[in-house]
Formats: sequence, structure tokens, C-alpha cells
Amino acid sequence: MLQPVFTAPVLPPVFADWFAVRGWSPRPHQLALIEHARQGESVLLVAPTGGGKTLAGFLPSLIDLAETPKRARKAALHTLYISPLKALAVDVARNLETPVAEMGLPIRVETRTGDTPTGRRQRQRHSPPDILLTTPEQFALLISSRDAARFFANVKAVVLDELHAMHNSKRGDLLALGLSRLQTLAPKHRRIGLSATVADPKPLQRFLVPQPISGEALSSIVIGKPGAKPKISILSSESYVPWAGHLARHTMPEILNAIKQAVTTLVFVNTRSQAERTFQELWRINDDNLAIALHHGSLAPEQRRKVESAMTRGALRAVVCTSTLDLGIDWGAVDQVICVGAPKGAARLVQRIGRANHRLDDPSSAMLVPSNRFEVLECEAARDAVLAGELDGEALRKGGMDVLAQHILGVACSAPFDAEALFAEVKSASPYRDLSRTDFDAAVDFVATGGYALKRYDRYAKLRQTPEGLWRIAHPRIAQQYRLNVGVIIEDPMIDIRLQSKGRPTGAGGRVLGKLEEYFIETLTAGDTFVFSGDVLRFEGIHENAAYVTRTNDPEAQIPSYNGGKFPLSTFLAMRVRQMLADPRQWKKLPHPVGEWLEIQQLRSKIPDEGELLVETFPRGRKNYLVCYPFEGRLAHQTLGMLVTRRLERLRMRPLGFVANEYALAVWALRDMSGVDMDALFSEDMLGDDLEDWLAESALYKRTFRNCAIISGLIERRSLTAEKTGRQVTFSSDLIYDVLREHEPDHILLRATYEDAATGLLDIGRLSGALTRVKGNITVRALDRVSPLAVPALLEISKEMVAGEAHEDILHEAEESLVAEAMSVD
Amino acid sequence: MTEKRVEVNGEELVLDSAGALWWPSERALVFADLHFEKGSFYAFKGQLLPPYDTRSTLKRMTALFDVYKPALAIALGDSFHDRDAANRLDEFERAQLASLGARAEWIWIAGNHDPVPPSWLNGTITEEVAIGGLTFRHEPSETEARGEVAGHLHPCKTVTRRGQSLRRRCFASDGRRLVMPSFGAYTGGLDVRDIALRSLFATDFFAYVLGRARVYAVAG
Repeated sequence: MLQPVFTAPVLPPVFADWFAVRGWSPRPHQLALIEHARQGESVLLVAPTGGGKTLAGFLPSLIDLAETPKRARKAALHTLYISPLKALAVDVARNLETPVAEMGLPIRVETRTGDTPTGRRQRQRHSPPDILLTTPEQFALLISSRDAARFFANVKAVVLDELHAMHNSKRGDLLALGLSRLQTLAPKHRRIGLSATVADPKPLQRFLVPQPISGEALSSIVIGKPGAKPKISILSSESYVPWAGHLARHTMPEILNAIKQAVTTLVFVNTRSQAERTFQELWRINDDNLAIALHHGSLAPEQRRKVESAMTRGALRAVVCTSTLDLGIDWGAVDQVICVGAPKGAARLVQRIGRANHRLDDPSSAMLVPSNRFEVLECEAARDAVLAGELDGEALRKGGMDVLAQHILGVACSAPFDAEALFAEVKSASPYRDLSRTDFDAAVDFVATGGYALKRYDRYAKLRQTPEGLWRIAHPRIAQQYRLNVGVIIEDPMIDIRLQSKGRPTGAGGRVLGKLEEYFIETLTAGDTFVFSGDVLRFEGIHENAAYVTRTNDPEAQIPSYNGGKFPLSTFLAMRVRQMLADPRQWKKLPHPVGEWLEIQQLRSKIPDEGELLVETFPRGRKNYLVCYPFEGRLAHQTLGMLVTRRLERLRMRPLGFVANEYALAVWALRDMSGVDMDALFSEDMLGDDLEDWLAESALYKRTFRNCAIISGLIERRSLTAEKTGRQVTFSSDLIYDVLREHEPDHILLRATYEDAATGLLDIGRLSGALTRVKGNITVRALDRVSPLAVPALLEISKEMVAGEAHEDILHEAEESLVAEAMSVD
Repeated sequence: MTEKRVEVNGEELVLDSAGALWWPSERALVFADLHFEKGSFYAFKGQLLPPYDTRSTLKRMTALFDVYKPALAIALGDSFHDRDAANRLDEFERAQLASLGARAEWIWIAGNHDPVPPSWLNGTITEEVAIGGLTFRHEPSETEARGEVAGHLHPCKTVTRRGQSLRRRCFASDGRRLVMPSFGAYTGGLDVRDIALRSLFATDFFAYVLGRARVYAVAG
């Protein structure tokens, strides 16, 4: 597509003056967006951080509003800005006030987030501002209100920020559906999408415009000037690189040193537990008492806010943080970014680097700190990719049925709907463009009465049909219930961590330090210690959905983790790593211990070729091992481990367990597996019956089901009548899962769960692709001892979280251990 | 072997991995907390849970009847989730329940606040019953209750080994008294570490954890 050449559109004088006074000239992409807006076209702006992207999104609206005299305008919403983070919305609003005030424009700018007080929210509905900055969840709520049609009737523009982060997710689904509704309410509005650099912008261009019945429609696109290439260094040691683990303990002194040399540093890690651990380790050697803070999603909100405002004030030298600080907020003079552990994806790395130094034309700098040998390879691959300007693609999801159900209910809460018309509207949303009428009707049936075939709930229907055949909510209470539960961000079941008040018994209230996953708390007995919120805590007991703790000292305290990080190694990076491995000439740039590792692997076994699956078997101790190297990320390997173990059981190999990391899967068994037919073992037919059987039991799968059940509205997150007894308040979705599977295996929620699992926690889609690719390409090496490449995986066995799900074996072991203890004669 | 034999106040009992209790000398099968029609109760409140919990519970009860062929069946309270529950059973479920009712002598334990089983159902309704060395009631009593078999608390135990965890329903007993797991398909659980449960036992107790096909004894 030709990039049109624009003569500089004449900016209204007050705007031109404003730029001139600041010594700026408007950037080409800002002018381009103004021109597209004048033509009424929707457009995607792809540009790196710091390039005046946000202003580019708003200029067309500011100009439009400035050019229309105030008395000719009604008090009506003109522009809607939606961003994924409420803090971002607030931040942008603040930045927008500046030009508006400085130019003296009579434009009202307001925000609306979960934190906006009810009074202001009500007033916004009756007397809307010109520009409203909000989140996808608030947008969904506004769509569902009874005066939605009136509220949105005059909307001229929608600005979608950080679109790359939202579009290919359930939040993106909900947003797309909301926009399709808006299309009906305000047919003439145009959209601007703001995005960081992505490998393929087409899906975002589709997201921005209504899709036709057949074929596809794309928004226009403007590509901003790329920023200066970042400077990326990789901290390496020529003498020692750990074999496994994610701590990089050995590099702490150098990290601290780097912090000393800069003004403010962001130290990114991949998981909350790594954040806690790194924070502990840095403070252990922080003799100069530098102000180093901790920030992650499980800390109490006040704690997080304290850190955030300290950062803005410039009072901190460093913050150890997870991805909660990833997105666009400008926290002030961050001049250094350190990434501990592997970046997981080139795009993520670029975004993190972008946090340092928000001026576009100065190169940002970042230091990568790999914590083990394999991470060295990941870091090298990521750096090469970023410097080459290449980014990871992503597997595109279809719109979720659970999200659709939530949306349908929301639409009904606003006004009765016609199924035919709503179907056409929903189909115009890009994630739902392939939705069938049957599936849509199943979703409506689900919302109305739960979608049960064997025993109907007609008397408790949430939706009923009017005499004209429209669907309406059965009772106003349903709208209230809906509004309490809007959103698609589902947390794992969490428990409050309460500090036991001095002198009070366990269970008698106490300050809340934050929340931790229920799964972790379940594993503790009184006296166990763990690290959280920077403190060492002793578990005392639980009562009424809170865990009670006291402060203590224990150098051996464990760091809570659950299922490790949420992001596996991206396909794209995995491929680069494989290429690097397959080309010994590239090993030269690796630190000596790592190069040596690969050389010895080549000597004793082999280095896997790019397209093949290497399988090694060897005995060790009294067990036999099978280690394979698919390089498909931890999640896919976990799923593979489950399935391969079942098959090995059938082959009577007596498998005992397995462990998966980002590039390998290791299974151990009582029998020697060197004679197993590997083509059969790794055949993709394991994704048939074997997968079916396992899914019935899988805790990870049930977690996926739980998310669908909550998002779809089957289970409430929050209820109108909170029944707080001494027992658990939330309804366990596992119980429903079993019963539903038994009686109605084709239920819409079970199908939605399966589709989620393809790209979610089980990464079935990725595994399927891998198995198809390696078919006929499996190389086996029967070794007499462990290979160098297998060592990191085997070392994981003794670490905190063993991948895979607990079998009943552990019940057996626990019982035996009790018996042994009882029977011991010493 | 799906069972575990324990002694409570001198009486020998069999704990079945399905979550029921079998008393060989009395040929009695005991269930706790059936909560029939809990699903439809939630539906009435606005959460349209799958309406299949009752039939799922009945199916498992029937399987146990087939195995043990009891002379006496005791339902230890909260058998129906609410006062209207019995009216929400459909024909199929009513028939199943009536058929179980006909297969043994039935005792339905129901406390003051508990929904009363429907009149068409066979059996005696009472707040508590003492047989031999055992006393069956719904809620565990707070005073020292030797020989008590009770429900109401829905105990669960999480077993953790080598970083892996499994959470299952369990029986809880110290040889003097026993708390039963809940049997109903939609019944959740109270952690055995919760004060509400720990306080029942003077010292240590065992958690008899329900596995897929057998019961495991671990420290409570």
C-alpha cells in the first residue's frame, strides 16, 4: 500500500503556536493521523515508546473540538480513550490537561476507573465530559447501562492505547464486542489504535474496523519512525555460570554496582517469587543502604502505591518489579533497565527496555542478566533479535465463548435485543468474525437458562423473550448482579495474609499484608516460614479465608511460587536459540563455561539439529531417564510430560515422575527406556484419547474451566448477598466441572475451556504443531550416563516447583512416611 | 481395597473412599451432608449451576448400596439443601431416591434448623441417635463427645510432598470421635487446619484422605 504523501495540513493557529512556543514541530505521524481523521478513516499508529504517540492519538479530537464553538456543542461525549491500565488512563489524563490548559481550549477531560467515586461516575452519565479516559471494564459497564444509547450517541472518536497488549486476549475480545455495540450506537465514529512495534500489524488493523460478512477489512496504518537502537549488554561471567535455577545470586554484587552507577534503575524479573528473592539478596549486600523497593501484583495496594509515588518523587534508586510495571506509564527518570533472567520474548524485551529514558532519539540501555546456562542462550537470542529489529509473532486466538456470554448479558441489561441483529453485530467484531449462528444461539441459551439439555432451568431464566421475540433480562436484580462481576481478569483463588496482632490469638483479625495463592497456603503447616512482601513470615494458622502470620527470622525461609512464570519461551526466540545451537561458529561469543557445555554435549551425545527432536536415554542412580528437547516452552512440555508418562505407564516402563523446563522434558522410570519406539511414543495421536483422559483429572485444566465459568457468569466473583460464614465463601468450580463433564460433555463452557487450553496454560496448540513437525525426525541417543544438555533439567527436580501434577503417589508416600515414623525404633 | 478400618470408641468401622462410612456389626451405611438440590438453590439465587448434582450424588449412593447391601442407612444431616429442595427433584431423581429408601431402614438426622425430608420418603427423622458405642448427630458437639459421629464441617486435607500438592476430602478422627466428609456432589470443604476443626480434638488426630480408590491415613 502506498504511503500517501501529505502536505503539512494547516494546523489551527492556536495549535501551531503551541508547538512553536515549545520549540517542537509536529511529527510526521502526528500530522498523518490528523489527515486520516479528517477523512473519517480509522487508523493504526505503530511507533516505539516516547514518540509522541499519545498526543498523536488526541490531536485530531482536540482540533475537532477546538474548531467547533462551544455553544454549538451539547454536553456530550466526543472522544473515548481506552487503555488497559487504570493508572495509565490517569497518567494520560494528567498529560493531556497540559496542552488543553496551555492552549486555553474549552475542553473537559475526565477519567473513569474503578477508583472513580460513585458521585462523579453518576454525574458523568448525566453530564459527560468531552473526552473520557477509561478502561475496558468501565467501557463494558457503560455499554450495559440503560442510557447507553443516549450516552454514546454523539461519539466521534475512540482511541485505543497499548493495543498490541490487549487485542489478542480475552480483554481484547470484550473490548472488540463493546466496540461492535458502539458501532451500532454511533455509526459514524472513527478509531485510532496506538501500538508498540509488532511483527505483524494486520490483526490490529482488523481489530480496529467492523468486519464484513465475507472477506476482511483493514484500517489504514501509519508507521512511526523507529527509535534509536537500544544498547543491550549481557552480564556474563567467564569463570562460573550456574547450571540451573533462576536466581542469578552470583551476579547480585554486579547488579548492585550497576544500581550505584545510575540514577534510577528498574530491575525486572519474571515472577513474583523471583522478585521477592532478588529483593532479599540485594538487601543482604546493600551495605550502603540504597533505597531499593519491591513491587509486584500480590502486595497490598497501599504498599504498591507507596512505591509508585516514591518513584515519581525520585526517592528510589531501584525497584525490583515484575510485569505489573511493564506497560506504558512514565515513572520519571528511569535511566537504567536491568532484566534478570531470560526475557521470554523479543517484544517483551523491547517494551521493557523502552521504560528507560523516554526520549525517542536517545538510545535506551539495558543489561540482561542470565541466571543459568540456558538463559545465556535465550538472552543472546533476544539481543540479536532486538538489534535486528525482529519480533515474535503470536498465535491468534478466536474470540472466547465465555466472553461472548458476558457481553450478551451486558447488552440485555441495557435494553432488550433482537437475536438476529445482535448476531450480525457480534460477527463484525474481528475475534468473532467466524462465529456460527449455532454457537451464537448456544451462547444466548446459556445466558438465559444455563444451556442444560437434561434438566431445564426455565423457571430461573435470566433472559426471557418478549411477545415480539426480543430477549430481555428477567429481573432488574440480574443487571445489578452483572455489574458487580464485569471483567475478564481472573486471579487464582487468593487468600489474605494477615499479620497476627500482638497478644491476640490466631484468627482475631490483623493487618493485611497482601494476598497469596490459596494453592500455596494449602501446603503450609504451623511453624513453616516463607518470604513475602520483603519480610520473613511464620505461618500460624488459617481462619475464615485468611492466613495468619507473625514476623520472624529464618535464613532458610522458602519463597512462595506457583507454577513459575506465566510466560513460556516464545516460539520465535526458541527458534533463534535452536539456530544458535546448530551453528557452532556462533558459540564463540558465549561465555566460556557455556561454550564448553555445548562442546562436551556435542562430544558425548549430539547438539539437536534445527528441525529434529533429540531423545536421550541414560541410567542414573537406581532410575532410568528419558530426556527430550522440543524447545517449545515450559507449558507445552508440561502437557507433553503428562501424556508421555501415561503412554510409558501403558508400556509398563513404570514412570515415576517428570520435570519440564523451557527447552527440555525429563522423565524418569524404573525400567530402561532405550528400546522404546520413540516414533510411537511421540506420535501426535497422543492428543486424542490420551489427552481426553488426562483432561478429566488435570488441575491445570480445571483452572482454565474455572476462569471460563467466572467470565461467562456461571459463577459469581462477587455476590449481592455476601454470605460470610466461617466456611469458604467462593463456590468451587471443580465440583461443577466433574458433574458437567459427566452429564453434558458438549456444554458450551467445556468447549470454551478446551479452546482456551490450546493457547493457555496447557499450550496444546503449540504442542500439536511441534509433534507434527518432528514426525519422522526423531533422533535417539542411548547414553551410559547423563548428558551435559540434560543436567539443567535434572537439577530442576530438587527445586521448589516440580512441573506436572501430583499423582496419588504422594498420598501413598505421605502415609508410608507416617507409618515409618511410627514404626521407627530409635 | 477401597476401604480403611478404624476404631471409634471401641466400634470397628470401615471408611470407604467414596466418602461414606460402613459399620459391619450393624450393617449400617452412613452418609453426611448430601445437600440435595444445592445446584438448583444457587440457580434460584442467580447462578445457574448444572442441575445434575442430585442425580450425581444418588448415583454414587446407589453404587455403595450395591456393594454393601446395608440393613440400615443413616443420613447425617443437611440431606436436603433447603426447605423447598425436595420439590425441585424431577421424576427421575424422585424415583431413584424412593428406590434407595426402599432398600434399607432409614434414619434421617435433622437438626432444628435443618430442612425436613419429604413425607413420601421412607424413614425416621430425628436430631440424634445412639447405637452401641456411637452417637450420630449432624453438628459436632463442643463438649467432649466420646463415640460421636458427626458431619456438618466438610473436612478437607491438603497433602504436600516434594513441592506437589493434592487437596481431597477426608474423615477426621482421633479414635474417640469422628467427623465425616461431605458426600454431596456440590459440597466444598473446610481445611482441617482451620480452628473450627482443630478445636474438636484434644490432641492429635488423623485425616483419612479420600483417594480415587482407597483411603490414606495421614497426620491431621
